[in-house]
Amino acid sequence: MKETGDGQGTDRFRAWMSHTPARLDVGRAGTRPPTKDMLRFRLDHAAAVDAVYGEVKPETLDEFGLFSADTQYRDKEHYLKYPGSGRLLTEESARMLADRCVSAPQVQIVVSDGLSGRAIDDNLADVLPALRDALAVNGLAEGTAFFVRGGRVGVMDDIGRLLKPEALVLLIGERPGLVTAASMSAYMCYRPGPGRRDSDRMVISNIHPGGTPPVEAGAHIGTLLRKMIEQQASGVKLDV
Amino acid sequence: MKLRTTLRGKEYRFRDLTDLLAKANEERSGDALAGIAAADMTERVAAKSLLADCLLSEIRLHSPLPPENDEVSRAIEEGIDEGTYASIRGWSVAELREYVLRTETDGSELLRIGRGMTSEMIAALCKLMSNLDLIQAAAKIEVITTCRTSIGYRGTLSSRAQPNHPTDHATGMKASLFEALAYGVGDAVIGINPVGDAAETIKSLLHATREVIAHWNIPTQNCVLGHVTTQMRAVQGGAPADLLFQSLAGTEEGNRGFGIDLALLREADALIRSEGTADGPNRWYFETGQGSELSANAHHGIDQVTLEARCYGLARRFDPFIVNTVVGFIGPEYLYDSKQVIRAGLEDHFMGKMHGLPMGVDVCYTNHMKADQNDMEALGVLLATAGVNFVIGVPMADDCMLNYQSLSYHDIATIRETLGKRPAPAFETWLEEAGILAGGRLTAAAGDARRFIY
Repeated sequence: MKETGDGQGTDRFRAWMSHTPARLDVGRAGTRPPTKDMLRFRLDHAAAVDAVYGEVKPETLDEFGLFSADTQYRDKEHYLKYPGSGRLLTEESARMLADRCVSAPQVQIVVSDGLSGRAIDDNLADVLPALRDALAVNGLAEGTAFFVRGGRVGVMDDIGRLLKPEALVLLIGERPGLVTAASMSAYMCYRPGPGRRDSDRMVISNIHPGGTPPVEAGAHIGTLLRKMIEQQASGVKLDV
Repeated sequence: MKLRTTLRGKEYRFRDLTDLLAKANEERSGDALAGIAAADMTERVAAKSLLADCLLSEIRLHSPLPPENDEVSRAIEEGIDEGTYASIRGWSVAELREYVLRTETDGSELLRIGRGMTSEMIAALCKLMSNLDLIQAAAKIEVITTCRTSIGYRGTLSSRAQPNHPTDHATGMKASLFEALAYGVGDAVIGINPVGDAAETIKSLLHATREVIAHWNIPTQNCVLGHVTTQMRAVQGGAPADLLFQSLAGTEEGNRGFGIDLALLREADALIRSEGTADGPNRWYFETGQGSELSANAHHGIDQVTLEARCYGLARRFDPFIVNTVVGFIGPEYLYDSKQVIRAGLEDHFMGKMHGLPMGVDVCYTNHMKADQNDMEALGVLLATAGVNFVIGVPMADDCMLNYQSLSYHDIATIRETLGKRPAPAFETWLEEAGILAGGRLTAAAGDARRFIY
């Protein structure tokens, strides 16, 4: 077998490594990873865990005048153990939405922390204005946007039951990975309501500066919403 | 079968064997989510006490999912060695536990009685065993399997190199694979989870891994973990596959959720036996994991430990080369924290071995579970002590495609060195010839992937 570590091999492996985000060529101390790589891993994991247990900053919501509704999530532990609790609003929040929101809007925008509050803090300021511009360009009228604390994707159906929008878009924090703890998804559904399935929804995922750029995502969501309303369908039935 | 008992002046009643099996489980979030868990610790012990007195014949008679209603139950029933069963049918689960733990009862005897047991009996036994019971009993059992190479020998710890890539990029995949090899990882299988489930993707990854194996003459096997039907199309199209892969569930309905049934598995089995590129008798790689049936709403009110055992009852019908439980992948609603994941890892490994399976574990967690890398390092050591056939290695424990953490290449080398475990024999010889391993330890040249660039 060839000798290792010659200059040429080094350059070629660096080039190969540039094709993957995997944590390669870290070296070792005995059989253990070097301290700086161990700490980098720990930092990325810490950021992911903190994103799960963190809350969306009040300033983020204030900036866009979003008021807060609650699901039946109770607390983080209950939210993680019983996903169903994040799919239903509390009775109090349901009453509040009935009071404060436009009923049967063309497009209902909902924002939720999901599994990463940081995803909302980091991306909403780029996604939401771009989305609103796109709604205007596509001639779509928006209802009353709000924030849902402790939401799961299925909460779209509970909101659909209450507010009866033609189309609903949920901007929600994704389960954090080590690459980024602040990735957002946009789930969309035509006439959401009880009994809708995953196949009835569309999603643009991986929205963060290193993935789907937030501003582009906002424009893309607007186009999809227009098609959903034109074709009166979403999910696998939509011809995109 | 007794379903009622009084402990410390309080009476506990259970509906049937299914209820007893569920409530006898150690605590886990999935059973609470399903609404079938014990209400408190004393009820848990009450269920264990009654289960201890159950006879194996009663467990067979009161199957939670009768064979006439479910093809997995039929596969389990058909797998029973009736002669062996007849010799143990009168034992209580308590007697079974003590027999399993006796010094005189060796691994081949455990494999013998395992062939006479249904998956529900093995699950019941597991529920009466402490973590150390599970480790000691499993450590007695040696399961050796052969595909292109043989693994599973006592004193070895094998590993799957899992060089996944977020876009199935062949060069990026190879960079991860070369680093695995440089740490002595990859003797069980070079196995890639593809992002895209197209036959062409699977074909190109099978060719890429085969090319590396051939170039460096590596004693291992390749596998690309797409859906079995896609792998079949790739193999029919001439792709070089040593193994077929499929995820299994413990109920017919759960398997339908995975897009498979027994007939499809039999068809795939015939294909890999005729068209596969390996010579050995073991041609399957199966994955399982507690909670998958509940997540597909296909659990029939049965607890996730019993359902997991049923996956193994199905798997053993196909004489697989490797089986592993992806223990911490499913999320906190099924296994909430490190205590639950560690317990489940030891349970699954023991139950798989009692079924005679070449059992590995993906020692892993997601970022919304209450667990971290320290917990995985601990579970890795416990499982290696229990004689686990293989574990999974990804660069620095971070799978950049599936977005979860498993064990690192470093961790596998460390566990081997700390516990005196060796890679599979042929792979060890290959590593020694490559100058990566000497006397069971990494050499100064190890850890550098550059040597494998060609």
